[in-house]
Amino acid sequence: MTVTQEPETNPIGFGRMQRKEDARFVRGQGNYIDDIVLPGMLHGAILRSPYAHARIKSIDTTAAEAHPKVKAVITGALLETLGLAWIPSLSADVVAVLATDKVRFQGQEVAFVVAEDRYSARDALELIDVDYEPLPAVVDAKRSLDPDAPIIRDDIEGKTNNHIFDWDAGNKEETDAAFAKADVVVTEEMLYPRVHPAPMETCGQISDMNKVTGKLTIWCTTQAPHAHRTIYALVAGLPEHQIRVVSPDIGGGFGNKVGIYPGYVLTVVGSIVTGKPVKWVEDRSENLMSTSFARDYHMHGEIAATSEGKILALRTKTLADHGAFNNTAQPTKYPAGFFHIFTGSYDLEAAYCEVTGVYTNKAPGGVAYACSFRVTEASYLVERLVDCLADELKMDPAELRLKNFIQPEQFPYTCKTGWEYDSGDYPRAMRLAMDIAGYEQLRAEQVEKRARGELMGIGISFFTETVGAGPRKHMDILGLGMADGAEVRVHPTGKAVVRLSVQTQGQGHETTFAQIVAQELGIPPLDIDVVHGDTDNTPFGLGTYGSRSTPVSGAAVAIATRRVRDKARLIAATMLEVSPDDLEWEKGKWFVKGDPSTAKTIQEIALAAHGSMELPEGVEGHLDGSCVYDPPNLTYPFGAYICVVDIDPETLQVKVRRFIAVDDCGPRINPMIVEGQVHGGLADGVGMALMEVIAFDEDGNCLGGSFMDYLLPTSMECPSWELGETVTPSPHHPLGVKGVGESATVGSPAAIVNAVLDAIGVRHADMPLTSAQVWRATEGRPFRTDLAIE
Amino acid sequence: MQVTMTVNGKEVTRDVEPRLLLVHFIRDELGLTGTHWGCDTSNCGACVLWMDGEPVKSCTVLTPMAAGREIRTVEDLEQDGVLDPIQQGFVSQHGLQCGFCTPGMMMTCRHLLDHNPDPSEHEIRVAISGQICRCTGYENIVRSVRWAAEHTTSEEVSA
Ligand code: FES
Ligand code: FES
Repeated sequence: MTVTQEPETNPIGFGRMQRKEDARFVRGQGNYIDDIVLPGMLHGAILRSPYAHARIKSIDTTAAEAHPKVKAVITGALLETLGLAWIPSLSADVVAVLATDKVRFQGQEVAFVVAEDRYSARDALELIDVDYEPLPAVVDAKRSLDPDAPIIRDDIEGKTNNHIFDWDAGNKEETDAAFAKADVVVTEEMLYPRVHPAPMETCGQISDMNKVTGKLTIWCTTQAPHAHRTIYALVAGLPEHQIRVVSPDIGGGFGNKVGIYPGYVLTVVGSIVTGKPVKWVEDRSENLMSTSFARDYHMHGEIAATSEGKILALRTKTLADHGAFNNTAQPTKYPAGFFHIFTGSYDLEAAYCEVTGVYTNKAPGGVAYACSFRVTEASYLVERLVDCLADELKMDPAELRLKNFIQPEQFPYTCKTGWEYDSGDYPRAMRLAMDIAGYEQLRAEQVEKRARGELMGIGISFFTETVGAGPRKHMDILGLGMADGAEVRVHPTGKAVVRLSVQTQGQGHETTFAQIVAQELGIPPLDIDVVHGDTDNTPFGLGTYGSRSTPVSGAAVAIATRRVRDKARLIAATMLEVSPDDLEWEKGKWFVKGDPSTAKTIQEIALAAHGSMELPEGVEGHLDGSCVYDPPNLTYPFGAYICVVDIDPETLQVKVRRFIAVDDCGPRINPMIVEGQVHGGLADGVGMALMEVIAFDEDGNCLGGSFMDYLLPTSMECPSWELGETVTPSPHHPLGVKGVGESATVGSPAAIVNAVLDAIGVRHADMPLTSAQVWRATEGRPFRTDLAIE
Repeated sequence: MQVTMTVNGKEVTRDVEPRLLLVHFIRDELGLTGTHWGCDTSNCGACVLWMDGEPVKSCTVLTPMAAGREIRTVEDLEQDGVLDPIQQGFVSQHGLQCGFCTPGMMMTCRHLLDHNPDPSEHEIRVAISGQICRCTGYENIVRSVRWAAEHTTSEEVSA
């Protein structure tokens, strides 16, 4: 293979450009949480429960406290005296920081040791004696509402079952009517198993409470520094102006680093108790066993159609396993996230979606792993159901999709569960993907191979996402509206700084946001500093997740920069002694209409704005602008994915031979970065479809607690990705861009699963499609992948 | 116990606990934080450095086992202010996103190129198969290594 096109070094605006942040990363000079060392810093370690469900009878910390290097041992009893044993969850529940009454999942936090070094802190954990009384565990979500199921949340007054919520969207009667008149109805039980984002860097925090100034400084692997600060202020009663949250370089987030974990709170308490900075960085098992998992949706899906293949309606009844505490991070009004976008890319007569949330004895969390607030589950459900329908009707799955797509002229399109899709051209993307794949030839090859007994499969998935949350009148997290601020300032010498509320975890914000300013103002990206991840130095906003950075903060930056440009126009008019109306903008300068040589560059204007020149009436000095962007709607990126697999007939091992991904996320600010985002998401899809699952045994033991058991895709499982693009701008976004961070993670699993099932001629089997599962599927008895219980 | 080894060409001697992992020695004792740590089970390769010219997972080596050996870390790739072609390749081909796996990947790939200057895509994939990247889907890492194979002399990049 040859290398791709070299990126331009320095486009002034959109285009391929090497990343500004890479200079430090390739030299090993990134500054991640565990790289930070403060004078006198102590190290924390967490004692965790070996049981999924047990009553704590007593905790004896005497021996641990006597360890010569231990500075403090913190238990739930101590936290209770501070009012910090429980903290509010992100979804109207509470989460135990350290267990006081019971442990409710394996790996739950029981005690925290602070010691001089990380090895001693670990040693001291062994010295803590906890007397547990094991209780029966609720492991199977489908049994959690049985009348005799043990009650997990007896801490909630009057709680007599494991039910969390019932929620629905769409119109039940209309949907039932559409099903009643349908020629064909296909029904399937599908599990989207529990998986984990598993960024390469685990989660961690350093807290430093300065007793003299009263200022608490926090360095944290957080995707949402401002939200963390406000939550600390609300929960711990600390004054918000005395809290500074810094996100240093983050080694991948994927949603894992949105919420506040008990370990984070414990470093704060540890620092208050010891008067020293305290660092805690979780190990990999802690990361996989206790921090935000993803999915765990048990979906009963139904699709109704005419015998000609016109899809009429979709219906689902879904059981959502939220673990021991309801701590999913999502907009308040949406307990099942945006799952009701399960209407997908199709023009339907009706749709109805019901979700019930339940507690089980598993780790809490629930929205993570690049899922766009449960669009992943929704997209998988509809794209699998469409394939099941194609199988029933003996129709080609591409043809069936093309027949049912929402057509370009139908946008903006309000779907049957209420989302207003902003723009799209689905047939164009689908046909492009089929062209790149050589779809007809692949089908011909498959026929030949089948005749020889070889197993080859072709799978399609067409996804529509809803991202960039969101309009603040509909969307908030813990009462905080989902709008984000941005500030742009041009220095006297014409260099600039842009300050963001969002935080990069590898997405390349330092480059992309500089390119947005460059596009709007004509200042080269290398002359623009991007400041992010520090609450003392950036405007408020809710952070990076749900593919919202470019849809929300990208818009904020574009508008703030346009405000700078408008101000520059007034100043340029005075400088040129003309009316502002006589000026026209060309990248980097205001010039007199019809006389391009009479112009002032943005750099000249910046100097004048800071100089002694008399400024026009009503214009203050300096050159800056800001914006708080409240998105009028979400954005709806989409894409057509085609996967080709070969399956070894002897071992039934699946090999992804090709993967074609056509993405439409609107105009691409830096196409190189966008492609990188897509590549990463496609690898996630391979992992989830074929390898990744966090299962449990009947006692609630976690069976995916290390990389020996929780298998992630390597270079050998991933093919060389084949990408394509179409561009359909969002009509309501100032740059037309839609966000792409999660598209491939959302869209790819269904394509791979559809390909495998196409190869073996089985209607459905649950992920991950390991050889064992493929074998069981070919025998007609696929198993439940979430339980190690036969 | 006292341990002496050569790290990036300089001899270092430290008193350490025998159980101290080499990755922690390099990071915490020497402050060379370019070498990362990502798992408990020797699966991820974020910790790869060279010991006597061979890439090893430094989370799998006890510090005393490195006594008398030559260690080379990511900090040593750049020489006299000039990036190694593998570093330039990763920048040029967008072979990194969060950068966490990157030092380990580059150390493995530098070793590959030293022994196989013109590796095929498959050979590159095999070489990095013991390491995990969660961001790039590996595609651009492979392209970065090919870039380095095609640009053997170091030349300044804009990075
Ligand atoms: S830290 Fe994961 S292999 Fe060494
Ligand atoms: S670049 Fe993030 S893990 Fe590889």
